[in-house]
Amino acid sequence: MKINSVKIISLLFFVLSAFYLYTAHQIQVFAFDEGAPFNAKTFPIYLGYAGMFFSGLKIVLPDQKPIEVDPTYLEFKKTILLVITMIVYGATILKVGFFLSTSLFLVLSYYFLGERRWKYIIIFSFPFVAIFMYLLHGVLAVYLRDPLLKYIGIMG
Amino acid sequence: MIEGILIGLKTALSFQNLMMVMIGCFAGTIIGMLPGLGPMTAIALMIPITYGFEPATGLILMAGVYYGAVFGGSTSSILINAPGVPGTVATSFDGYPMAQQGKAGKALAIAAYSSFAGGTISAIFLLIAAPSLSKVSLSFRSPDYFGLMILGLTAVAAFSSKGNFLKAMMMCVLGLMLASVGQDTLSDIPRFTFNTMNLSDGISFVLVVMATFAMSEALTIIIKGNDPSKAAKQISLTDLGSIKVNKEETKQMAATIPRSSILGFIIGVLPGAGATIASFLAYGMERNFVKSEEKEKFGKGSVQGLSAPETANNAACSGSFVPLLTLGIPGSGTTAVMLGALLGFGIQPGPRLYETNPDIFWSVIMSMYIGMVVLLILNLPLIPYIARILAVPRTFLIPMILFFSVTGIYLMSFNNFDIFLMIGIAVVATILRLYDFPMPPLILAFVLGGLMEENLRRSLLISDGSWSFLWDRPLTLCIMFVIVLIVGWQMYNSFFKKKL
Repeated sequence: MKINSVKIISLLFFVLSAFYLYTAHQIQVFAFDEGAPFNAKTFPIYLGYAGMFFSGLKIVLPDQKPIEVDPTYLEFKKTILLVITMIVYGATILKVGFFLSTSLFLVLSYYFLGERRWKYIIIFSFPFVAIFMYLLHGVLAVYLRDPLLKYIGIMG
Repeated sequence: MIEGILIGLKTALSFQNLMMVMIGCFAGTIIGMLPGLGPMTAIALMIPITYGFEPATGLILMAGVYYGAVFGGSTSSILINAPGVPGTVATSFDGYPMAQQGKAGKALAIAAYSSFAGGTISAIFLLIAAPSLSKVSLSFRSPDYFGLMILGLTAVAAFSSKGNFLKAMMMCVLGLMLASVGQDTLSDIPRFTFNTMNLSDGISFVLVVMATFAMSEALTIIIKGNDPSKAAKQISLTDLGSIKVNKEETKQMAATIPRSSILGFIIGVLPGAGATIASFLAYGMERNFVKSEEKEKFGKGSVQGLSAPETANNAACSGSFVPLLTLGIPGSGTTAVMLGALLGFGIQPGPRLYETNPDIFWSVIMSMYIGMVVLLILNLPLIPYIARILAVPRTFLIPMILFFSVTGIYLMSFNNFDIFLMIGIAVVATILRLYDFPMPPLILAFVLGGLMEENLRRSLLISDGSWSFLWDRPLTLCIMFVIVLIVGWQMYNSFFKKKL
């Protein structure tokens, strides 16, 4: 059996299924439900076994056409930077407010992806978000919490 | 039925719904044209917007997006040989050679007329089949539903994952596992919540769809270094030429369209098959039907070779609504997304939808027809202009997709946890995509998870814990037989042909 990335993913899935099965067994059901033909943990237990079965087969059976992705062709740096930017965006959206955090997220994303035309970067960030917020408030009546704009006095 | 059609027409023809069909078709065409971004991404991005509307309006918008995306996929197939969606791969076999011969406009027109005719004919089939099937499906019991759901998942795993049956089944299980997070529907016992309140209501359907489609497709484009806007630039530069179709060509299409429509509709109704298989089968069938001199032209710009897959893939799109609207069981990833959206509106599709929400049932069917007209009248002449809009660099396109994904989920929950969870699922989905793990089975399983558990619960309680419910009723037995056939066939391939 040749080990490749798909086998490793399958092995991880097997471990996940085993953990899921263990957690399913830990689900506390009501005492009167314990011996019932079906309770809150019945379906998850079957799922745990099914996950272990399919991933186990994938690990054991030979791959006819193994897929190997050449990491030298993958743009890890840009992807990781984007993911980190999204995490920071998610972390700041409530505290900093929608307008500033979204605008900065867009500016940084454009920049990390290689955009250097600042005129367009600015147009498609701050004014774009302002218009988007206006449409949300004005047309769809969706209120977005924004402490910064509230502090400045733009929003009520 | 006439009354229902009139209700549907009235709803579908209201100003707001007409606008939604147009916007949906337009937005769908734009996204469908981009290689790598398919109808599911298009619909996923629309879901948060639709929650602000009436259910019928939201569903009409999504149906428009669906058709638009399929049409957009055909356009990039024909003009630059880069199918935007798998269902339009067969379109490129004859569409692209035709475009190379300087008949790009004609090829687009043939594709549009065929799509229109295929969609129209199958909408009529749907009009007839759906109410009848709704009545029949009222006799279905929990074991039958449970069997049908297993069949849907197995069929999607077998037919839509290009020989990756085991990978697809793993994705099904993962989808069901994600669906099991949160309080148990009957006993309210928390499951897999790890003592966090954020998971007690379960994982939102929109979050999973956005993460596994919109966001992970955007991340996949970045990690692979692809540039979908290059395709759009090429389209915008293509000289379309005349869009007129002559008498001879019309005659050829007239023979192809009815048979491809019937085939496409039937394939669309079957769980798991969908537009891709329908288009390939129609192409193959058409080759066998035509005269030998016409057969020679296949692959070199044949009118029938282009018309057949285009007719069939649109007919299959309508056909795939049959199990969704009548049984409440989606047969494909795209209709699974629609089911999730419907459940979000508080509507349970199924045999009773026809009686309880006739306005929704009929307006969706009627809007399909209107959508076809919109695609024909508006989108065909606008293709070069739409392509120009699309030619925005990926440096702007990808952040916009990510922005709409994050904002979409934020607007629904106003909660950081959901954003982090979405990013986590998207990263995992991106890695899985790199190694060809299919995402549609995951979505289908996630949507069906709750219903499946509910039907298994009822079946087991009725049979007092015995699994004999799987063969007690003839209908359940037939369904189980088909499942065994599908799994057996896949296992045969695994052990004897080694294609698994």
